[in-house]
Amino acid sequence: MADPMKARASMKGDVAEIRVLMGHPMETGDRKGSDGKPIPRHFIQNVTVKLNGKTVVEGNISQAVSRNPVFSFRVKGAKAGDKVEISWLDNKGATNKTDAAIA
Amino acid sequence: MRALQRNALLTATALALVAAPALAQDEKKEIQKYQQMLTEGSPVELFELQGEALWNKPQGPKNASLQKCDLGQGPGVVKRAYATMPRYFADADRVMDLETRLVHCMMTLQGRTFDEITKRVFGNADRPSEMELIVFYVVGQSRGVKMAAPVSHPKEKESVGLGKKIFFYRAGAWDFSCASCHGEEGKRIRMQDLPILSDPSGARSYATWPAYRVSNSGLHTMQWRINDCYRQMRFPEPNFTSEATVALTHYMAVVAKGEPYDGPGTKR
Repeated sequence: MADPMKARASMKGDVAEIRVLMGHPMETGDRKGSDGKPIPRHFIQNVTVKLNGKTVVEGNISQAVSRNPVFSFRVKGAKAGDKVEISWLDNKGATNKTDAAIA
Repeated sequence: MRALQRNALLTATALALVAAPALAQDEKKEIQKYQQMLTEGSPVELFELQGEALWNKPQGPKNASLQKCDLGQGPGVVKRAYATMPRYFADADRVMDLETRLVHCMMTLQGRTFDEITKRVFGNADRPSEMELIVFYVVGQSRGVKMAAPVSHPKEKESVGLGKKIFFYRAGAWDFSCASCHGEEGKRIRMQDLPILSDPSGARSYATWPAYRVSNSGLHTMQWRINDCYRQMRFPEPNFTSEATVALTHYMAVVAKGEPYDGPGTKR
């Protein structure tokens, strides 16, 4: 079962606040498993936030971010009803995405 | 989140060093601030989604989902169900808490065995258990609902009475009871203030369990909470879904009556 994702977006004054939860193990590669062998690195590398199809945030993150990351972004120039789409890409090439309408 | 946690801890330590006299108040405030931060970054909703998927997934010899499971509000009704549990179930002729009822549904609807279901009820950070995820889904559907475990059926009265007795019953290697830690004001374990669970003032605490614990990324159910309290008191390990654990939960639920449910909580 793929780890789920959940996003929420709402207007705070004239700024849209977007909050996203991403289910991901975010393994650093430094941890050892119960068999004594290192657990391979596995982390989200790239996060993209789109507003009505236009990219507004494009970010790289690393294994320094902990398991099940939470991010929030503030975006100017958005309005209620706009569609926000958030996606990630990890170091194994897996992706996931979710969307939300700004409330 | 781990970085946040580290910062908050550093701040708390720094404050403790600088402001020794005004300590207690400042420390409390810092801990509250830290708990606020934890709640804001909590991943519990992700677990609720995973639990929902498991609830709907056909499993077991009968290849059935739990969608017809009756949690006391009618078959398949999950909304508000947790707030009125534990309760008496006529079809099983016993009082059941959420986990006990889920086991019952898995056995009757899915045709699974008790041993197979309860083989791994307490998971870990890398792999939460099926039970934990489903519990998180179900309790999340009672958010904001006032706790109202019923005490009308004779078996419910008996269960609450038994739970109260167990709460105050001292035994084990250290001669502890639940009330040793949760029976009077000002008790704590390390920096954790302990709620008085025999008094409505501790209701908020009951209403934030089951909970996600940040320090070990673990999902914890009420059965786990009781199990671990008994471990800390050096009692023998209680059986999963035993009458004693259900009765104790029932007693705490009844004390917490009227408190809006605010879980699954996030603990440090």
